Amino acid sequence: MPTEVIEHRAAASATPRRLTTVRGQQDILFRAAARSGGLTVLTIMTLVGVFLFVRGFDAITDAGTAFITTEAWSPNEGNFGIAAVLFGTVTIATIAIVLAVPLSIGTALYISEFAPRGLKRSLITIVDLMAAVPSVVYGLWGFLWLTDAILPIAEWISTHFGWIPIFDVDGFEPGDPLSTTTVFTASAFIAGIVVGLMVTPIASSIMREAFSQAPVGEREGALALGATRWGMVTAVVLPFGRGGIIGGTMLGLGRALGETIAVYLVISPVFVIQPNILQTGTNSISSLVALRFNEASEFELSALMAAGLALFLMTLVINFGASMVIARSRSGAESEG
Amino acid sequence: MMTELLERPDEPTLFSTHLPGRDGEAPGATKPPQTRRNLSTLHRDDVIRLLGALAAGICTAAWLFTQVMPLRGAVGFVAISFVLFLLFYVVLVAMDDGGPAMKDKVASVFAHAIAMLLFAALACVIIFTFARAFDALVNLNFWTTDLSAAGPIDPLDKGGILHAMVGTLIQITIALAISIPLGVLTAVFLSEVPGPFARLVRTVVEAMTALPSIVAGLFIYATWIVTFGMGQSGFAASLAITIMMLPIIIRAADVVLRLVPGNLKEAALAMGASQWRTVWHVVLPTTRSGLTTAIILGTARGIGETSPVLLTAGYTTYMNHNPFEGPMVSLPLATFNLVRSPEPNQVARGFGAAAVLMLLVLILFVVARVIGGRGPGQLSPRQAARRQRQSRSDVIRFAAREGHVLLDPRAHSSTRRRR
Repeated sequence: MPTEVIEHRAAASATPRRLTTVRGQQDILFRAAARSGGLTVLTIMTLVGVFLFVRGFDAITDAGTAFITTEAWSPNEGNFGIAAVLFGTVTIATIAIVLAVPLSIGTALYISEFAPRGLKRSLITIVDLMAAVPSVVYGLWGFLWLTDAILPIAEWISTHFGWIPIFDVDGFEPGDPLSTTTVFTASAFIAGIVVGLMVTPIASSIMREAFSQAPVGEREGALALGATRWGMVTAVVLPFGRGGIIGGTMLGLGRALGETIAVYLVISPVFVIQPNILQTGTNSISSLVALRFNEASEFELSALMAAGLALFLMTLVINFGASMVIARSRSGAESEG
Repeated sequence: MMTELLERPDEPTLFSTHLPGRDGEAPGATKPPQTRRNLSTLHRDDVIRLLGALAAGICTAAWLFTQVMPLRGAVGFVAISFVLFLLFYVVLVAMDDGGPAMKDKVASVFAHAIAMLLFAALACVIIFTFARAFDALVNLNFWTTDLSAAGPIDPLDKGGILHAMVGTLIQITIALAISIPLGVLTAVFLSEVPGPFARLVRTVVEAMTALPSIVAGLFIYATWIVTFGMGQSGFAASLAITIMMLPIIIRAADVVLRLVPGNLKEAALAMGASQWRTVWHVVLPTTRSGLTTAIILGTARGIGETSPVLLTAGYTTYMNHNPFEGPMVSLPLATFNLVRSPEPNQVARGFGAAAVLMLLVLILFVVARVIGGRGPGQLSPRQAARRQRQSRSDVIRFAAREGHVLLDPRAHSSTRRRR
């Protein structure tokens, strides 16, 4: 008899139960509204992307591969390319990130591990506020204060490390008493420092978020085994927050590549590839757009679109890289309460 | 024998084993007197070492600057004294400690120093701006008039930037009126109605956070202004700001909404609430503070962004209340235009506009903390009253549905008072 019952049950469970959700009218409305919100945003965003692609491609197909290799920018004569501005953009962003990464890791570690408990909340607020300081303010500061303050340092670096090609400056003789320091103004170095300071608060607040999520049990475990605070940080917090460090860096890099006004105010634009980072004159894609959009013809506008498209694709790749890294790391894996 | 053992378990008896106590010592063994260890992180030696290294670093840097090398510049001085300070500190620590203790102390001082460096640099940015803006800010007319009557060489007691303040407020209000409902709705959609379509939307939104702000401006410039021929206006600027802010708000809100504990939502659903009620009464109140932060972060970026406004708003010195007609200047754009003037008074006005912009951002943050700073479940008196009203009407509704007699309202209010 019992075997029969079991067989009966097995037969019943072979066909899975059909689960149907019957939603009330309220829910149907809600889901429709939410879906339409999503659809609207999708439409807007796709429109921007598609428009950029279509208009940009006009200019790119016209110029062909010369678009990547040409340094000059005179679209109305058909001679234009993004080699110089792309190089400038990458240079400035690299300098910015080299400065911002140690600064932001240090600050994030300080706030999450070393700061007195009473001070922590206000420090977090200050860093968040710093992230909200408008870029034009950083630009002003870089243009009117930092340029003067940094000239002796740029001169010193060029004097002693001028034998390294990137620190060389044309027209500057270290021994010459008549040489002026004006060759050091408006350089990629200064723009990079300004942008670096600008992106540090954002990068640092993402890193701090990741550090502070390091599990308490593992921290206490490390301390209980006799680790010093720094030992605990290197053994638990940094490995745990690696995703946050990479994610924050990538996000900062994305912001640094797209920064317009701070760079525009600091640099003096040139259309040649300028590998000497301490020397006057550099350029970036976004400041090129800000410089030229106003008197642009229809075709130049499309060339500017193409330059914007190149910048967008670059930041897109970096952003997706960052979100993949963040998604893979352990941080943020504890959403069930 | 047994009773004796039970009575005096501590006394070691002949031929019997005994368990060690909790501290690993045999009970009854004499312990050395314990001294209390100081676990506080700040020791006297640390302070002395730190101050000594600092003094040595600064003095050596001063010696280098004045006697040895012809160096100049305040930033260089600070940088060199900083490096020397770290060197001296490492040497001093190495004299007392070795191994992990030394590493710990050096790392700790590094973290402190880097954080201080950052805060000092940022303080420098802000103090510099306010110092240069001071001359403009102290004039009352700077806050109450527009710039139409004041030329570039007029003194600072003529003209102001009221038109830019109004412009900024109008533009950000329009942008928020579009992006808050749309952004929060989309974020709710992403987290509550999952599926392939939601995944697509999320991917596209994440991609668009990479959109450089100047490209958002360029898009509006090329469509709204060049193709449709609408002319530069405050509304065009608002649209550009919206395109830039929307992905930021959606992404931040999505992250917050995904962090809502699943068991809270499940509890609401298990009580028979519809999905809409769950979202409205559980998900949104729980994430209120996070959502406010998301919106504020988006607003702060949007309000201070110059490049999209530069392409779309146009520059004017006149007050313009109409966002659909004529150029409308905003604070960052006014700053950008004014500081490029060769006249010192115009530059001072530009700095003034930047300072006002920063004050605006600060006020925004404070307001956000006041509105959104309360955690879930903490209600203001008005909210609590509303919640109680709602709850009472629910009780009546349920009772009516089940055909019960309505509760005596007086009995209901007495239960409330007891709580």
